[in-house]
Amino acid sequence: MLIELDVNGRRQRVDVDPDRTLLSVLREELELTGSKYGCGEGECGACTVLLGARAVRSCQTPVAKAAAAPVTTIEGLEREGRLHPLQQAFVDEGAMQCGYCTAGMIMAGVSLLKSTPSPTTDQIVRGMNGNVCRCGAYPQIVAAIERVASEGKKP
Amino acid sequence: MTTRRDFLKEVGGGLVVVLVASRVPALATLGAEPSLHAGEADDTDRISAWLHIDERGAVTVYTGKVEFGQGIRTSLTQHVAEELRAPVESIRLVMGDTELTPFDMGTFGSRSTPQMGLQLRRVGASARELLIGLAAERWKVDRSRLVAENGRIVDTQTKRALGFGELTAGRRLTETITADVAPKPATAWTIAGSSLPKVGARDIVTGKHQYTSDMRLPGMLYGRVLRAPQMGATLANVDTSAASAVKSAVVVHDGTFVGVAAPSSAEAKRALEAIRPTWTPPSEPQPSSTSVHEHLKRSSSRASGRQAGGEGGGGAQPFVQGNVDAALASADHKLARTYTVAYIAHVPLEPRAALAQWTRGAEGDRLTVWTGTQRPFAVRDELVRALGLVPERVRVIVPDTGSGYGGKHTGEVAVEAARLARGAGKPVKLVWSREEEFRWAYFRPAGVIDVGAAVSEDGAITAWTFDNYNSGPAAIRPSYAIANQRVAFHPSDSPLRQGSYRGLAATANNFAREMHVDELARLVSMDPLAFRVKNIEDARLRAVLEAAAEKFGWGKKPERGNGVGIACGFEKGGYIAACAEVAADRASGAVKIVRVVAAFDCGAVVNPAGLRSQISGGIVQGIGGALFEAVDFENGVVRNARLAQYRVPRFLDVPEIAVILINRKDQPSMGAGETPIIAIAPAVGAAIYDATGIRVRSLPMARNGLGASTT
Repeated sequence: MLIELDVNGRRQRVDVDPDRTLLSVLREELELTGSKYGCGEGECGACTVLLGARAVRSCQTPVAKAAAAPVTTIEGLEREGRLHPLQQAFVDEGAMQCGYCTAGMIMAGVSLLKSTPSPTTDQIVRGMNGNVCRCGAYPQIVAAIERVASEGKKP
Repeated sequence: MTTRRDFLKEVGGGLVVVLVASRVPALATLGAEPSLHAGEADDTDRISAWLHIDERGAVTVYTGKVEFGQGIRTSLTQHVAEELRAPVESIRLVMGDTELTPFDMGTFGSRSTPQMGLQLRRVGASARELLIGLAAERWKVDRSRLVAENGRIVDTQTKRALGFGELTAGRRLTETITADVAPKPATAWTIAGSSLPKVGARDIVTGKHQYTSDMRLPGMLYGRVLRAPQMGATLANVDTSAASAVKSAVVVHDGTFVGVAAPSSAEAKRALEAIRPTWTPPSEPQPSSTSVHEHLKRSSSRASGRQAGGEGGGGAQPFVQGNVDAALASADHKLARTYTVAYIAHVPLEPRAALAQWTRGAEGDRLTVWTGTQRPFAVRDELVRALGLVPERVRVIVPDTGSGYGGKHTGEVAVEAARLARGAGKPVKLVWSREEEFRWAYFRPAGVIDVGAAVSEDGAITAWTFDNYNSGPAAIRPSYAIANQRVAFHPSDSPLRQGSYRGLAATANNFAREMHVDELARLVSMDPLAFRVKNIEDARLRAVLEAAAEKFGWGKKPERGNGVGIACGFEKGGYIAACAEVAADRASGAVKIVRVVAAFDCGAVVNPAGLRSQISGGIVQGIGGALFEAVDFENGVVRNARLAQYRVPRFLDVPEIAVILINRKDQPSMGAGETPIIAIAPAVGAAIYDATGIRVRSLPMARNGLGASTT
């Protein structure tokens, strides 16, 4: 079935089974491999992408449903060679070890900051709790989100 | 069936067309990368095995170690930059490639920093001295007036300079590595010793980094492998006709191996589901997780001496010192307890993955496998044995990988991908599902530990017996000065496949030891910190304990009925101490770790930020095994083979963590990936006791609340 998607500002058609997951279409058909498979059950968040402004688990999202709103993946955050502030904050805070969870963490964090621009630490922890970092870089990830939030407050 | 993507079509003005042909990746050229260096790697006495400088001064370093998130791509770069006096940006590491890098046993055992770090310092220093010599010859001056700095050799008198690349003109540096060049002492470091940001971080935050599971080759298929319904079951027969009927899927049936490969993972899954196997269950019933500890102890006498972990040692002879029995007989106080640990899973977020490609050359078939393994050379040998090849025709390449924690020592996924690729006649990528990881990877061993001790009225430990059944011999001997000891590891017959894990059995042994020490302290009414200090001779161990205790505010009564605990340990050249504050509710059984202070000494610190991240990461991972991680199994079937059923630490589980680095610039730099994990469980266990009066002697301690796991 032909499905039209808007991914990172590019509209494109894919001819796939509508039940296939958005994650597998992104990775295998569109070669956007930044979004990761971690568990296939929506428990780890490594596959997190934005559907509109909302963070969704692309491993749990049938591709047909993703046609409803623009999809943003980790590859779509950079603007003209400049990192998104949260990407930069992850680098500056060393908020990764192996980096496999990082794309999902950043997408979840971007979504959190869109809905809650000045989150408390508690709001960050609760908002991010669905994403797993097996290396345990959680404190540095919280610090990266806080860094962007506090930069946002600057005049 | 029309699910296969055949085209992506332009749908209107201004839209982007993504052509299939244009999406053949740069990867296709990866296998052909610096053939210049191939064959060089064997002559490891020469600089050229380890380091190359091209005519523009770009430095390539070759090491068989691999980057799994522990940060050695960064710290080893710092070592080379320091000794070579080259800018960090000019240095690139080629890691874990059996064709390009010198042989390496593997990345485990916290060896990268003490061994590879030192090796690359020597290589860097030798290359630097060689470059100074080349410049001295060129300028016909005495070498003593020349210095290396920032990628150039500078004449201190005339200020003229030549870049490294100009001096070598890209030639192979076949000169011998000199043993007599003294590497810089840590007190003189300028690049090492600083918090260089992670090399490659930008590619990670943009999603550009290609893990094995992200890779693609032209014509590549996606693989899936048929799995047995339980461990020990054998394939009686199999009907693959329906799978073969799935369009464009290939079925590979090779002895007991059955798998499929198809142009998309969805088709591969469908083809796999169409296979009709018949299995013969194992003849004997298997022990379950509820009876495993009795089984391990009972079976230890008849076990064949199989070892836990990727390293040898232990098992054969107990360590005996003094006269334990006499000391126990005359003791003021005695205490004997049994501790247990569960099997736990590594759960690396990137599951096992391999991409296999066969190519036909004049001299026969060649196999290249990209895979995330901690032991690329061992996996190459595994491929050689499994597929009947010669080592010269097999190449294993390890892209920077989505973690391992000791869980990726073996090459099963590489062998499977190679079989599928051979059968399909095309490159095949195989990525294990999370469920396969839980069911078919290996586990950190379960174990039973019996500890006995005697203590004098004034708080000196006078006797110590320690018997570990199955979990392993790492860090099995106490760091306390005890005159009379008997310490033994007893291998058992493990019902589950077991192997290495971050810190190996040091976590289990330190849990049993430190929980026991906490109880001994209370037996003689001593403060657990003072009791430890009294029994420790090693000044570095005492220093981490005291540093952690001071920062934590040890001795002050915690708020709201919280409990506090302290523990320490020594392993692989690193000294760790941790204090924990825990909110634990006796009635509900709920446990929450409120804060942790850890102090760590691993000698001269190479990268403080990276080290802090390893320590806090080890603590976070250790919280999982301490409180809630355990593999449930029954008759050869893992019962909690999903992430929803196997709880790993999340944001909400993380306490406030303060890390103190004791930077001993007078001591050699040791590894830090493992030892920081070993003190958290006993510190939390002691804090739980302090809060509730409940002694939990089993890991995990609070899986379903305190009461349920108390024995």
